[in-house]
Amino acid sequence: MNDVDYRRPSSVAEAIRLGAEPGAAYVAGGTNLIDLMKGHVALPTRLVDVNRLPLAAVTTRPEGGIRIGAMVRNSDLANHPIVRERYPLLAQALVAGASPQLRNMATVGGNLLQRTRCHYFYDADIAACNKRSPGSGCAALEGRNRIHAILGASEACVATHPSDMCVALAALRADVVVQGAGGERRIAMARFHRLPGDAPERDTELAPGELITAVELPPSPFAARSHYLKVRDRASYAFALVSVAAALDIRDGSVRDAALALGGVAHKPWRVVAAEEALVGRPLDDATIAAATERALAGARPLRENAFKVELARRAIARALQTAGGVA
Amino acid sequence: MSSDVVDHLGLSRRHFLQAAGAAAAVAPNGVPAQPAMRDALPLGAPSAAKTTTERIVRLRVNGADRELTIEPRVTLLDALREVLALTGTKKGCDRGQCGACTVLVDGRRINACLTLAVMHEGSEITTIEGLGTPDALHPMQAAFLSRDAFQCGYCTPGQICSAVALVGELKAQALSAATFEAAPTGAVPRTIAISDAEIRERMSGNVCRCGAYVNIVAAVRAVADGKA
Amino acid sequence: MITGQGIDRVDGRLKVTGRAPYAAEFAVPGLVHAVLVTSTVASGRIVRMDVSAASAVPGVVAVLTPMNAPRLPQGGKAGVNPPAGRVLSLLQDDLVAYNRQPVAVVVADTLERAAQAARLVRVVYATGAAKLDFAAAKPNAFPPQRANREPTDHARGDVAAAVAQAATNVDVVYTTPVEHHNPMEPHATIAAWDGDKLTLHDATQNVGGVRTTLAKIFGIAPENVTVLDPYVGGGFGCKGSAWSHVALAALAAKAVGRPVKLVLERPQMFGPVGNRPHTEQSLSLAADRAGKLVAVRHATISETSTIEDWVETSSLPARHLYACANVLSTHRIVRLDVATPTFMRAPGEASGNFALESAIDELAARAGVDPLELRLRNDAERDESKGRPYSSKSLRECYRVGAERFGWSRRAATPGARRDGRWRVGHGVATATYPANRSAAEALVRLLPDGSVVVASATHDLGTGTYTVMSQVAADALGVPVARIRFELGDSRLPKAPGAGGSQSAASVAPAVHAACKAMQKKVIELAIADPQSFAYRVDPEQLTVVDGWLRLASALPPSGRPIAAAGAGGEPIATIVARNGGTPLETRAEAAPGAEREQYSMHGFGAVFAEVRVDAALGVVRVPRITAVYAIGTVLNEKLARSQMQGGIVWGMGMALFEESLRDGRDGRIVNANLAEYHVPVNADVAAIDVAFVAESDPYVNPLGVKGIGEIGITGVPAAIANAVYNATGKRIRELPITLDKLL
Repeated sequence: MNDVDYRRPSSVAEAIRLGAEPGAAYVAGGTNLIDLMKGHVALPTRLVDVNRLPLAAVTTRPEGGIRIGAMVRNSDLANHPIVRERYPLLAQALVAGASPQLRNMATVGGNLLQRTRCHYFYDADIAACNKRSPGSGCAALEGRNRIHAILGASEACVATHPSDMCVALAALRADVVVQGAGGERRIAMARFHRLPGDAPERDTELAPGELITAVELPPSPFAARSHYLKVRDRASYAFALVSVAAALDIRDGSVRDAALALGGVAHKPWRVVAAEEALVGRPLDDATIAAATERALAGARPLRENAFKVELARRAIARALQTAGGVA
Repeated sequence: MSSDVVDHLGLSRRHFLQAAGAAAAVAPNGVPAQPAMRDALPLGAPSAAKTTTERIVRLRVNGADRELTIEPRVTLLDALREVLALTGTKKGCDRGQCGACTVLVDGRRINACLTLAVMHEGSEITTIEGLGTPDALHPMQAAFLSRDAFQCGYCTPGQICSAVALVGELKAQALSAATFEAAPTGAVPRTIAISDAEIRERMSGNVCRCGAYVNIVAAVRAVADGKA
Repeated sequence: MITGQGIDRVDGRLKVTGRAPYAAEFAVPGLVHAVLVTSTVASGRIVRMDVSAASAVPGVVAVLTPMNAPRLPQGGKAGVNPPAGRVLSLLQDDLVAYNRQPVAVVVADTLERAAQAARLVRVVYATGAAKLDFAAAKPNAFPPQRANREPTDHARGDVAAAVAQAATNVDVVYTTPVEHHNPMEPHATIAAWDGDKLTLHDATQNVGGVRTTLAKIFGIAPENVTVLDPYVGGGFGCKGSAWSHVALAALAAKAVGRPVKLVLERPQMFGPVGNRPHTEQSLSLAADRAGKLVAVRHATISETSTIEDWVETSSLPARHLYACANVLSTHRIVRLDVATPTFMRAPGEASGNFALESAIDELAARAGVDPLELRLRNDAERDESKGRPYSSKSLRECYRVGAERFGWSRRAATPGARRDGRWRVGHGVATATYPANRSAAEALVRLLPDGSVVVASATHDLGTGTYTVMSQVAADALGVPVARIRFELGDSRLPKAPGAGGSQSAASVAPAVHAACKAMQKKVIELAIADPQSFAYRVDPEQLTVVDGWLRLASALPPSGRPIAAAGAGGEPIATIVARNGGTPLETRAEAAPGAEREQYSMHGFGAVFAEVRVDAALGVVRVPRITAVYAIGTVLNEKLARSQMQGGIVWGMGMALFEESLRDGRDGRIVNANLAEYHVPVNADVAAIDVAFVAESDPYVNPLGVKGIGEIGITGVPAAIANAVYNATGKRIRELPITLDKLL
């Protein structure tokens, strides 16, 4: 790891002022940033420690949603009584990720900003990585790509977003609140993470120096029927091959509202609104699920080693919806 | 063509031809390319550059106040092992992927390798050395010993710190993935029953290559059940 | 008798309190830190190195490269003597033979500075097309000189003729992937010179081998090299050889004139320190109508590097495991631009057993015979490959006990017949086996005036329990309480012992410990009977014994259960005998070595492994809720530790079956999942119930204590038992490890 300057601001304003300078990076839990720094993938010259900023509260909002401070630890968020009661999908997704030790340090903000999963991206000795080094090529495209994307990828980058929390936040239609030199703005979860396109070096829509201060969730009708299914190569402490966040509001035998997002398949949490719409107004039967699945996986393009993910995703969506709907 | 040059330390060196093409064999002996000569650091001449980021970092470790003069980039793990000579906490992977470096910070289990020492000023840090001594074992240490919950012992300090925190987390009704597997859809149980499945999942952040998992679960379960 | 009892590990208190020091943890004054730089190409030559940026990092002391590293005798090859002395990369030439080969060493005053500088070393390579394609290389596969200690090929009878006439045939190919050991403790060396004397704290399974190899590499006398490693954080074979970083640490220490500590980063554990190579194994099994084997053909092709031939001896078990008149077992290797493989827990047996025991299962299915029954029908009563009887073989008893404990009779014979909700349930069985190896070893015993006893041998404890079981053996042989024994190991200056490999440590060292302790007992008695102040003066030595630390008349011993030190009953603590000997500690030494019995008998441990698996019918996820394994491994030295060792081996077998695979990029030969997040060893949640039992077995030939090693037999049989269970659950036969869910969708 390179030597760095270290600052510990006590106010958001001071943090943003420090974070605006070139070479600065915010450090919260550090569970991704320090890993990247050790691998010389991230090369900040200054660390702005935001752990002491007053951003660690979970509060209810007047219209029934919640506001989650960016500094709330993953474990605390999963265990928060309001989240357990009203957003169990989020709790289940959180505890599916990483390990207890990592969840105790990782923050909501940091989890949103964790970098994509790819053997070649994380190995700074590999020259061909458009994300690290724009224009250098993509070693994964023709390489060992069993864990890579089947949706939304481009010839420039086939990495996947590894977060479980983000899949649930996408399904729950979260908004990310950020603050920068230009003031505060909100970025919808659907837009927060980017597709690689031809500029994979940018994982998110965050502008340089902007600090995530909170995540807001609208009121959710899904508390009673939700399920986060994570399919992976071993029983725990592993990234998803495919994951599904599924949540339903069912009344009188018919779906009134649905949330569906996939993890492990794309550069961002994969939420297809049309797939959710295919469920609404219908009974939760095989045909409905198949219709939603087809829309969710439309345009899937496997790589040499990950064709199984398409079928796995198909079956995982069915399983997750059936489990959420109580018919598994 | 061979050309041995003796450098100022009296060591003879072999030099390398700069390759023109890839397929042709390159002779190992030859006149050195000038950049290689200029850039090679003669042995025994340390870098003259100085670091400017060292600062005093105050840590409270196992109840004792310690003052370290270190760079900000020094991880909590390396501060413990290399600076404070508290080598009980182990480095297994240095990237948060094995749990061998698990310590307790303000009672919470974390990986010391993925956090910087400077970030923990003001925290109570407890390492394996602070949990107990060979003559006065912590109950979790005693349980690991009697149930043979270790073999080579390298992951053991991390396992034990993790397990101690786990017992507290269970008492505080913290959730795990196992809780959801046992629960009906969408409804998070109010009380979490201690089970082997819960302990396995909650200890999965501590890899044991010797495979002592069965006995680890038995030891943790005994303490969690109050039967150690 | 304390031997056999499940006492706590005597090193346990140190380990659970974090006080046991591993190689990197010794405080050596003036120490500087070294970090390895490794290659990023599979083959070629180093053309140029730019170390200017690296050298400019504050605190950097030196950057060693092939351009400036001190020259070693014979170009660094003086220590080559596989498998202890490997072909190493010691900065003596510009050759690159594999991706992640060491090419430079950066030394700095702190670890952070050395690591930062290491990343700044720029290397320019001249490369050609790397040979990385196993399939393309196969036509050029050639026979190695030997298959470890055995002949490369073994043939008996006429396999072709037998196959042609057989009632049932199976002809299949199995593959196992590249695997890496990944002990929790990374390799680490602290090297310190004092004149021409070298002291190493080194994470090793072979202090003697490291000493010999380093002495040769540096051209110094072996007596000038001391290797210390009292606690090893796992080895599993990758710490059995002195790898490049050990000599490089010593080279750096010599060059900079200060002690150097070099610890491998986790990705550096995937290349420079060995691995299990990829194997492709062709199995042909043929049986008659009664299900008796008439032909066994096992042909293994494995890969090695271009710098050293290594063989994964997968075809060995087939030579003797089942009775069969016609057997052909062969090994061939191909040379690729990859790192040199090495022993990895049950080398040969683990990979070969997977193939053989899966093929036996396929034969059973084809013949319509229960797979356990088929094994019983073909059980070999003698080693037909060597024409020798087994020293002991209780495999049938293992099958019987295991089947009962597991509930084998409740298995559904038809694949895919059993479901439990979304789970397909299956049961499988396989035979476990590993040779009972033994080498010469020496031990010394020192009886101190306070009555405590030091017993020492240059053996190792990698979690294998050596400290404990040797203390137990010594306690019984000498007649003292086990708490008075202090066993020392992990020091090359101690009496010689073999490297901890081949499951041979207990079998080799325990007899030496036993003999040295018996010699000490004899010495104590001799001193006493010559000592007018002793109660035993002029007593017939046959009448005397040492029990519980007391010299007693055998006839005057209180009934068992009563305290020995009963006043007025005669006898004296052996400490007083030492005290009267001028207070000088008494010392004895003994050597124990295998003899002619090794040519007269075939010596192996055996076991039966039963697995239950559940396969998610839709998602292909495999879970292993229970494994039952019963072993016949001779004398059990410590019941608790032996069970732990078997459980550990079984967990390894689960990893091999379901998770482990090192992914190599076909273009540059680099292992792309060189970390513990993407190379999947089992985690706690993967392991449920493991039921281990031992059958009583007394083997008078294997060594005087009847001990067979148990460090490696645990992994054998498990991958096949799981694969066979998966077949029983799903009807799908997976012949390629690991059995990941994509293979079951």
